[in-house]
Amino acid sequence: MTDATIILDDSREAGFGDYFALLKPRVMSLVVFTAFAGLIVAPIGIHPFLGFFAILCIAIGGGASGALNMWYDSDIDVVMKRTKSRPIPAGKVTREEALGIGLTLSVFAVIMLYLATNWVAAALLAFTIFFYAVVYTMWLKRATPQNIVIGGASGAFPPMIGWAAVTGDITLSSVLMFMLIFMWTPPHFWSLALFMNADYDKAKVPMLTVTHGKRSTRNHILAYTILLAGFAAAMFATPLAGWTYLVVAVVMNLLFVKGAIVLWRRDEEQAEADGYKAERAFFKLSLAYTFLHFLALMADKALFAAGFGGPF
Amino acid sequence: MAITKLHEVHERRRSRNVGLGVVLGIFVVLMIGLTVVKVTVLDPSRMTQEVSQ
Repeated sequence: MTDATIILDDSREAGFGDYFALLKPRVMSLVVFTAFAGLIVAPIGIHPFLGFFAILCIAIGGGASGALNMWYDSDIDVVMKRTKSRPIPAGKVTREEALGIGLTLSVFAVIMLYLATNWVAAALLAFTIFFYAVVYTMWLKRATPQNIVIGGASGAFPPMIGWAAVTGDITLSSVLMFMLIFMWTPPHFWSLALFMNADYDKAKVPMLTVTHGKRSTRNHILAYTILLAGFAAAMFATPLAGWTYLVVAVVMNLLFVKGAIVLWRRDEEQAEADGYKAERAFFKLSLAYTFLHFLALMADKALFAAGFGGPF
Repeated sequence: MAITKLHEVHERRRSRNVGLGVVLGIFVVLMIGLTVVKVTVLDPSRMTQEVSQ
């Protein structure tokens, strides 16, 4: 047998797409959207190229933390149905390659963001990567059912980084954008966990639905949804919120709290009887929730700039 | 001996090579763009300081 035949028989060799999949492109799209929103609503402007470059760095940094997550979690990814086709469990990319790509891109993204914008944005990006790869993936994910809550912070940083890339600071406005995603993450993921049988127990990941049961998860969803509405309302204390945000925040938060109350009132028997209809609807609503809030903030910024209305 | 038949693995290898080439090309363009923007766009607050100096 020659070397050539060995390579030709190796049907698991990775293509470019397999390496790209390490960066979790779907998560990256949310990162790009919220970072863009943070950048747009910032009080001063930024050169469009620098803005684009900053978003790219934030996306690469987010992707790098995804690769580090896949490196560390490859043992549980291979167990769960949802994740076993990822590049490492599928045998296309080695763990070492994922670690190398994750570390290299992390350093690259942070340095490039610093060179293009400022150290505050770069430090926030570095902290986000550290938080997701170390605090969430290595420490919390397998240790506590509150993993989603604390881990959600890493997904909440991008608008703050986008904002800091323009202004170089951290203010109440950017912190509230962070809180909007931070408080939204638990109801979003737990509602999914209610109807998705994601075999977390098989992988020994302590999801709230498994450790405390679905009744407790429903209680938690309601509590976080009410807190979330409070933070959404707090945005009126900032110069970011205008009429568009008012309309969106009132409608979406009423719908979201109503949805959480419906989930809280239901028990497993009712949910199973109608195929988790309300839980699925709540999850879909949660997707629209963040999207519309950030879209409204950007719309208000555009309206203020055009001379229509102003902050409350 | 030259390879006369292309195997599916060659296509994957090509996608990797072309992908990496494109990424490097984009990186070069971005670096040029960043350099141009950084040297042509001055921060107004710094500009005042520089002029006074």
